[in-house]
Amino acid sequence: MLIDVHAHFLHDRSPRTDWRERNASRLRAGERVGITVHVASILGSWGATSPIYFPSPSDIEYGNNFLLALQREHAAGIRGYAVVNPNFQRHALGELTRCLDAGMVGIKLAASRRADDPLLDPICRMAAERGVPVLHHIWQHRRRDYPGQEASDAVELGALAARHPGVNFLLAHIGGGGDWIHSLAAIRSIPNVYVDLSGSGVDGGMLEACIQAVSVERLVWGCDLTIDSGWAKLRYLEHLLSASELDLIRWRNAARIFPPNAFPTD
Amino acid sequence: MRVDVNSFVGAYPFRRVPGTSVQAVLQSMDRVAVDQAWISHLPSVFWRDPAEGNSWLYQITEGSERLRPVPAVHPGLKGWEEAIREARSRGVPAVRCDPTYYAIDSTGPEMLRLVQVCASENLALIMAVRLEDARQRHPNDRAPELAAASVRTLLRADPALRLLITHADRSFVEEVHFGSTPEESARIWWDICWIWGPPEDHLETLLRTVGVERFVFGTGQPLRLPDNSIAKLDLLTLSPEHRAGLESENALILSRSARTSKTRRVKA
Repeated sequence: MLIDVHAHFLHDRSPRTDWRERNASRLRAGERVGITVHVASILGSWGATSPIYFPSPSDIEYGNNFLLALQREHAAGIRGYAVVNPNFQRHALGELTRCLDAGMVGIKLAASRRADDPLLDPICRMAAERGVPVLHHIWQHRRRDYPGQEASDAVELGALAARHPGVNFLLAHIGGGGDWIHSLAAIRSIPNVYVDLSGSGVDGGMLEACIQAVSVERLVWGCDLTIDSGWAKLRYLEHLLSASELDLIRWRNAARIFPPNAFPTD
Repeated sequence: MRVDVNSFVGAYPFRRVPGTSVQAVLQSMDRVAVDQAWISHLPSVFWRDPAEGNSWLYQITEGSERLRPVPAVHPGLKGWEEAIREARSRGVPAVRCDPTYYAIDSTGPEMLRLVQVCASENLALIMAVRLEDARQRHPNDRAPELAAASVRTLLRADPALRLLITHADRSFVEEVHFGSTPEESARIWWDICWIWGPPEDHLETLLRTVGVERFVFGTGQPLRLPDNSIAKLDLLTLSPEHRAGLESENALILSRSARTSKTRRVKA
């Protein structure tokens, strides 16, 4: 069993004309690597009609609907995160209800609003009520504001997690660029923040540092935009860890924090 | 056979990196089935005189079939030609220069002189675009990344220069390749360590558009997990010939041409 907790799919209204090929490539590579379930999100229109990290309500609905259709089409292998923009509070809560009722298994917050902003609290309260985790996009050590996103770092996610101890948060793509040393230090003592290992970064020493900071009990495996780097981390971890420890990262931790019956063998 | 053209030994100054000793790199090579590595001395990339690391590099690779030295050359320091002569006499696969880390102009007169000498000595020149993701570098690690425009300029500076560029991504490769004549682009090789695999499939695209013969297996270890470059190959559908080309033969062609040229020059 292998669960990718950080996947994405594209759709026909995204700017990418090759969206079908990219989706097919993800599924094909997933089969090669042995991914059992892709837990995925679609960030609105991927920039076509509203910004990737500030998606409009209508783009959010289209993306979530497309993902729900994919989830139905690939009932065994794809699960969805409901994407919302906290700035559209009423829409966000309604969209979460709709998507979770339809079978999505988590919430994806990207970079529409800083993680420690009070606007995220109602969303997290719903996460607690529904028993779903929140995958939060993170810039590892944000030293300034970056164009195109209101990015958060681990300190800001930690503040949100401390306000909602009953919700499990996934700190997105520790290998996704930025100072992961800063992130690990920030969330080391926050038990409801898990580290998602995805991202193109395959820095020597990063996995050892993750294990040291939060132990194998709080690591979850993922790929994001690069399945090759996900597979590389898995191969390296095979050399570092026992089979039972590796299973925690491959799927057992994910199975624990996602809702019961979210995955085939639950 | 698998040849890693992009490997380092020695400590990194900006963060703790495990496995930087010679023994650890050899163990890592065993683990991921790398038969031979072209080794650069990592600490000296940041030294005032990077060539001061070469003697140790020669010492640790002396008589080794698995480790081949890639000595550093700083063309802004008087007497740098001696480093080239020694490299030539020792039959190294290539020399390296990291002008942005040495804080010299990547296309200035010193670099232009270096490429002329490398060309005349038929020594391949290795240059890294980067060593780490720019977003994570230490606040005091401020050397600029190598620019694609600089690579094009150097490539045009001497018609006999052969370049091996490491840590380049898809857009960098494309900018240089399609910004060069076919003759120019036939003198440049790219390591695969920074090129994305699926689902974006940058490597697969480049192998098709730029050509399999232009790419070589490189890992950037121990700063990067060597497993990544192998995973990229394992995710491709490659003929045995193409896989062998990527894993070793393209690099060996580059390496052998230097030796062949040495013989030719001696006879002449």
